[in-house]
Amino acid sequence: MTTPVPVMGDANGFVVELEQFSGPLDLLLHLIREDELDITDLPIAKIADQFLAVIGELGLNQAADYLEMAARLLRIKAQMLLPRRAGDDEWEDPRAELVRRLLEYQQIRELVEWLGAAAVRRAEQFGRGFAPTPAAPATPAPLVIDLNDLLAAAERVIALIPEPVLHRVVPRPLDVEGATARIEELLARHEAFGWLEVVGERPTIVDVLSTFIALLELAKRGALSVRQDGPFAPIQIRRESPRPAA
Amino acid sequence: MSPLAQLLEAALFAAARPLSVEELLALEPEAGAAAVDAALVEIRDTFVGGIHGIELVEIGEGWQFLTRRDYAEAIERAEFAVRPRRLSPAALETLAIIAYRQPVGRIEVDEIRGVDSGAVIDKLLERGLVEIVTRGEGLGRPLLYGTTPQFLETLGLKDLEELPRLDELQVALRPPAPAEPE
Repeated sequence: MTTPVPVMGDANGFVVELEQFSGPLDLLLHLIREDELDITDLPIAKIADQFLAVIGELGLNQAADYLEMAARLLRIKAQMLLPRRAGDDEWEDPRAELVRRLLEYQQIRELVEWLGAAAVRRAEQFGRGFAPTPAAPATPAPLVIDLNDLLAAAERVIALIPEPVLHRVVPRPLDVEGATARIEELLARHEAFGWLEVVGERPTIVDVLSTFIALLELAKRGALSVRQDGPFAPIQIRRESPRPAA
Repeated sequence: MSPLAQLLEAALFAAARPLSVEELLALEPEAGAAAVDAALVEIRDTFVGGIHGIELVEIGEGWQFLTRRDYAEAIERAEFAVRPRRLSPAALETLAIIAYRQPVGRIEVDEIRGVDSGAVIDKLLERGLVEIVTRGEGLGRPLLYGTTPQFLETLGLKDLEELPRLDELQVALRPPAPAEPE
């Protein structure tokens, strides 16, 4: 563990973490070790004050992880001040969770030393065709997945795809002029006629639409009237004398 | 040395990485794993005893010829080979957690380290030291990480069993408490 060197006035702000401490737990352990404190019976008020002093001094105060720990320490400090009855078995040490995490982290630090030493030892031996690691192309982590997972994932993805909006562009799909001409021809010959006489026996959807629009247009112009006695009843078309334009 | 040992020696010399017993079996499928094991020990013993500059090492779930430690300095000074960059403390912390808790998700690593570990994990993935093993249950089916043979090789370990047992460490840890919602 290195001794923290305050780097005040450093515009880079948070480079300190990388050089000295790998996180708030590391910093806490450092403080505890420095003062030879008993980790299981932490003088929380003292450690909280020191922690705050150090993170201020190191210019670490932008780092959320450190601030979160500072807040936690202050909360524990406050909880320790709450009065409690003597011999209260129910009392739970507010430091317990922090102590557990510190011990756990300390164990990780032990492992780090071990792993670091192992890596250094390994580096003293070269294999054939040895290339330093950075030169090796980064191989992406192999994807381990079984067929069912893959299919399930594919289904989820497919479900997320929006229905494609396909516009089929057909030149002049509706022949309104043609239908108008046909109706006018019928009007010239008959006073009244039915829908089916206009569209024929087996009309296509385009025929129906064209004819319907033509009918409405002619009705608007006053050339004919359209009547339907009930839903789905035959549509009756009757000639009208065109009104003079208003 | 036996003919099988000579064949294995040639293959191990040609390979630039550790070869597992299963891989070596492909050279002589009829030989059987036991014979390959015996031949490997035969080769290893041939190179033992300070009469060669290289030795056969059991590493990364396989076997590999490596130069002896005594010559690291000289080889590096002559720039025939360079030692790999050392892993940062953050990388080692993260590796330690993943090695002991695998398969483990990023949230758990963050929690133990007390800092965000996403970037470190990405670096380790890039270097092939950890890999995505599976996805966990629960919200968002988090990716779970585990160590790779490359991890073992980088640390000179035969297998994960060679890592120190947690109860052998100076700091004895009580069994991990169940995660409490805060």
